[in-house]
Amino acid sequence: MAKREYAFYPGCSSQKGASASNYLTSVESMCKTLDVKLTEIPDWNCCGASIGYAEAGELPRHVMNARNFALSEQHLPGQEMVATCAACWLGARETRERLTHSDTLMADTREALKEAGLQINEMPEIRHMVEVLIEDLGFDEMAKHVVRPLEGVKIAGYVGCQTNRPFGVAGESFENPMYLDKLVDMVGAEAIPEYDMKVTCCGGALAFSEPEKAQAQIKDIIESAYDHGAEMIVTPCPLCQANVEIYQGQINQRYGTKFNIPVLYYSQLMVVAYGGSAKDAALNGQVIKARKLEEIAAKPVKR
Amino acid sequence: MADIKVAAYICKGCGLGERLDTDALVKVAQKDGKVPLVKSHDFLCNADGVAMIRNDVANEGVTHIMIGACSRRAKTEAFFFPENAVARANLREGVIWIRPDTEEARETTQDMAEDYIRMGCAEVKAMTAPGGNPNTGSNKTLLVVGGGVTGMTAAVEASKAGYPVVLVEKSSALGGWGARLFKRIPIHEPFKSPADTGVADLVSQVMGDSNIKVYLNATIAKTEGAPGRFVVDVATESGATHTEDIGAILQATGFTLYDMNKLPELGAGKSPNVVDQAGLEALASEAAAKDGVIRRPSDGQPVTSVVFVQCAGQRDTTGTHLSYCSGYCCNTSVKQAMYFKDANPSVETVVVYTDLRTPGNGEDFYRSAQEKGVIFTKGKVSQVLPSGNTSTVKFHDLILDDTDATIADVDLVVLATGQVPNSGVNIEALAKPQVAGEEGEAPAEGEAVEVKPISILNLTYRQGPDVPQLTQGFTDSHFICFPYETRRTGIYTAGPVRRPMDMAQAREDATGAALKAIQALENAELGRAAHPRSGDLSFPKVRLEGCTQCKRCTVECPFGAIDEDEKRFPVFNESRCRRCGTCMGACPVRVISFENYSVNTVGAQIKAVDIPDEFSEKPRILILACENDAYPALDMAGMNHNEYSAFVRIIPIRCLGSVNTIWVTDALNAGYDGVMMMGCKSGEQYQCHFVKGSELGRVRMSKIDDTLKTLNLESERVRDLEVAITDIKRVPEMINKYAEELVAIGPSPFKGF
Amino acid sequence: MSANTAMATKYRNSFLKEVEEQVEMGDWVKMCMQCGVCAGSCPVNFQSAWEHPPQEIFMMIRAGKREEVLTSPSMWNCTSCYNCIVRCPRKLPITHIMHGLAEYAHRLGIAPKMQPTRFFSGLFWKNATKTGRVNELKLSMGLYFKDGFGAGVKEGMKMKDVALGLIKAKRLNPMELLGGHKCKDQKGIQAMLKKAYEIERSRKAAKMAG
Repeated sequence: MAKREYAFYPGCSSQKGASASNYLTSVESMCKTLDVKLTEIPDWNCCGASIGYAEAGELPRHVMNARNFALSEQHLPGQEMVATCAACWLGARETRERLTHSDTLMADTREALKEAGLQINEMPEIRHMVEVLIEDLGFDEMAKHVVRPLEGVKIAGYVGCQTNRPFGVAGESFENPMYLDKLVDMVGAEAIPEYDMKVTCCGGALAFSEPEKAQAQIKDIIESAYDHGAEMIVTPCPLCQANVEIYQGQINQRYGTKFNIPVLYYSQLMVVAYGGSAKDAALNGQVIKARKLEEIAAKPVKR
Repeated sequence: MADIKVAAYICKGCGLGERLDTDALVKVAQKDGKVPLVKSHDFLCNADGVAMIRNDVANEGVTHIMIGACSRRAKTEAFFFPENAVARANLREGVIWIRPDTEEARETTQDMAEDYIRMGCAEVKAMTAPGGNPNTGSNKTLLVVGGGVTGMTAAVEASKAGYPVVLVEKSSALGGWGARLFKRIPIHEPFKSPADTGVADLVSQVMGDSNIKVYLNATIAKTEGAPGRFVVDVATESGATHTEDIGAILQATGFTLYDMNKLPELGAGKSPNVVDQAGLEALASEAAAKDGVIRRPSDGQPVTSVVFVQCAGQRDTTGTHLSYCSGYCCNTSVKQAMYFKDANPSVETVVVYTDLRTPGNGEDFYRSAQEKGVIFTKGKVSQVLPSGNTSTVKFHDLILDDTDATIADVDLVVLATGQVPNSGVNIEALAKPQVAGEEGEAPAEGEAVEVKPISILNLTYRQGPDVPQLTQGFTDSHFICFPYETRRTGIYTAGPVRRPMDMAQAREDATGAALKAIQALENAELGRAAHPRSGDLSFPKVRLEGCTQCKRCTVECPFGAIDEDEKRFPVFNESRCRRCGTCMGACPVRVISFENYSVNTVGAQIKAVDIPDEFSEKPRILILACENDAYPALDMAGMNHNEYSAFVRIIPIRCLGSVNTIWVTDALNAGYDGVMMMGCKSGEQYQCHFVKGSELGRVRMSKIDDTLKTLNLESERVRDLEVAITDIKRVPEMINKYAEELVAIGPSPFKGF
Repeated sequence: MSANTAMATKYRNSFLKEVEEQVEMGDWVKMCMQCGVCAGSCPVNFQSAWEHPPQEIFMMIRAGKREEVLTSPSMWNCTSCYNCIVRCPRKLPITHIMHGLAEYAHRLGIAPKMQPTRFFSGLFWKNATKTGRVNELKLSMGLYFKDGFGAGVKEGMKMKDVALGLIKAKRLNPMELLGGHKCKDQKGIQAMLKKAYEIERSRKAAKMAG
């Protein structure tokens, strides 16, 4: 029996072969070490993300999230719902709050869910993976498993928008959250707490629809990381990871820069620090290879 | 007159015994100071030391006490000898704390201490302990002029404190502006809706209070006297005059709304559907008496759309209208918009503002208005064009930067005009002749050609019939230090006549002013000064035989304390005096003095200093430092051990206004190398605690150049420095700079004469 | 009569009321106090990409500028970063109001036709609700080919390196074109959404009638 159990909501990007499959792999490895059991909610559906608003309207969007609550309650009663994707977490939490505060909305939602043969009695609490790590486990417990500290690696903690605003993690400030820096410290690497683009938006969905606008912001994010001496960037959001990583070639063409900085998930750092292999940490899933991490992952663990 | 016996006490505590040769100081007091009884003590301020002094007073016949220890501003309770003349030589903050503790510095430090001992002994001999005024007034009645919310509040508060009140109101009913309001801005949780004005309650409180005597339809015909003994004539409608004896006066004459007709571009005067805020209150009250529907004046149809124009004729930078913000008008428009929305939510209400200022708990009130559907548009209205029964409002939308923004078909336009204080006569402008009527207007038949503003208090004071005004027509108040104080002792102003404010602020203001007025009349009975020299029993004595009737004291007194008698001699009113000594400084024949502060007390100190010859390389610099800002700054420089020149000799004075030019001439004649005056800032943003004192002092000193030329002295030797109490680092720096410059100029040619 | 004309007629002279009743979180617009912090906090506005930042949009709504607001591309610039929301001193849910206005304009058919984010938003939702989970490859292809086959090929070529990088990293599956991830109970999802749209429409219509 695992120490902690949660209903798992991976989200569309964290599926096998999808754009955040490296995230999924590394989270699985990390949870194994931390003795956390994540059970995928059966037949979960897309949350609609932050971009679906034009066609979704209000009720349909909430109903999509509510279906996941109903499924979680039905199949994994009593367990809290954990999302690894920032948008899934944000959307689900917003829906949960709106349904809690509006009887009308809740009644309408229940009526719609009936058509799918589902019902809601008690909605589960919605957590993000980093919330679970920081609030339920705590840095001390997480640090216990570090057997191979990532010494000498300078990492900029790019928190981004949606794990930070409007709810925030563990009561941290919206303007300067420190949790990623603390996490970087914990895995034995060098944090850059004064990284001044840590909460600047990566452009989100506009990276697809209006790349010039998003890439202008991404350029600033990467440039600042370099300016502060970072060798890598770490992030908790699949869209941020992709946006900051995969367009560096295009940005270099557009702006004449020479960016080539790896962008990792926090879970990947932790897996390597916990002694995992490059495969466990899904380092092969990086478009820009994190060479230093691969080297560290290849070293044997000092017992 | 009893014989005086001087005793000098040198303290050795706080390091004085270690840094100075106190035995030598004792000898100086005996020899140079010619003091018969000189003692030193290890810890003068402790019970034993004080007992020693008391014993000498009781049993050794000591009448005058010279204490060489810490600054006169320290240990005032320990060294409290009200029956005796006391002088304090500042050896601690003024000598050892501002000099380095090194071998090289020991000699000049000792020189400094010895000079201060000489000065202290000379000063105390020229002093007598103040006896106080034997002829004080003891009236305890408060006169309140103005029966609005401010005046009524002051009356009720004074009555509750046990003081009788005479309340004079010029109209036929109490209540002032408050009585003309339909409802008021809320002052209690949850601050969401207009509230009952509470004025009717206040009026019945006043009318039902046997301690308060109310005169309606009355004005003040004459005010004579001084705090504690004012005699006031109240003129009533019937023609009869009632005389009241008054202890202190509180002026709460309120405001007049800025004349809306000066704003024709905003539609004023062009249509009955353009009103000011008072006009709207009237419409709202009228509606409430009938069916609750506010109707437009032109044809009685219900108002379906109303626009509020903020800052109408206010915050005007062109100089045409009022330049200030009246503070209460945004909250008032919010309230008035709610009159419409609370009765009928479908009435369109728009407030056009540049900045929405909602002081007090106005933010909640503002939010409530927004929740009720009042629209707030950030814009500056340029024109209101009435046409038929509606108007078009043209404005510059400041967010969208659209200069042609328009709101059409507006039933009612409300202009938020400002407060103009009812201050009475501007006595400073009295000197100029009045202009006859407005341009192009012929005076009406039978009307006098000169248009004179009406005096409110009709003071018989020599300096003018009303309280002086500071800026924009508001009565002066020493906003930096003492906001309630006017430049007339015992007369306090409260409410919008003092500065723009709303009813809630006015009630607080009235309470504060009432307290101050009570304090003034109690002090007056005891012959004690009001602030800033609170409790001072000394007051100006004049040797009339020497007076040349030049009028300088009478004209220059910042508080108008001096009148003139039929023979044109000055008449000093002790309870109107603030004891600044400006009269003393002004008098060219030096016939004015205080028992413990005179031309002699300072002059003797100046002459007591030992002036070494020009080869000694020990210059002497005299600093006259005002006791309100400069001397405390110097003391605090000492507490911080900020060092300055060993060659200065500092004499505290009450105010730069009290500096008599003879001191400067005497100092220069005696061979001082430089004289510096240190006092508070003067001018429109004055900080001088006596308002005009430092300004007058500086004006007099600017005329000293001629004297310097006749003495063949460089004008740089005499300096004036504006000092604030916070200049703890700056003052020593300025002194040291000055000392260096004097060394460069060279020693005074008057040494050794 | 088109939906747009119907609304315009009903709410003539009160665009603010229209927004309150028909736009998500629209009843908050009247609480704005014009401080401008939202406009100053928006990262996309730093590039002056908004024709009218939120502060102006709120003012324009109050000023009744219906046409300008609804046809403006401004709202579509919002990336849901929530910076405005956490800083607004009046706690307006600005992100949602912007999305709400965009959705409303889209619903009435008067949002700018060529606005790429408008297109992408609709594409995403349709993609996600078809099977219950997003098919990433189909989504990207749908976006590239929105302006026709030729333009699509060009876009594809521009993104070639990005795509190849992802394929190599096993984060993009070319097989998705033929299928990909999906939910089992697609019928249930469709029925549920149909009901949800029905309910929402009737509620909005009731407000209009009321």
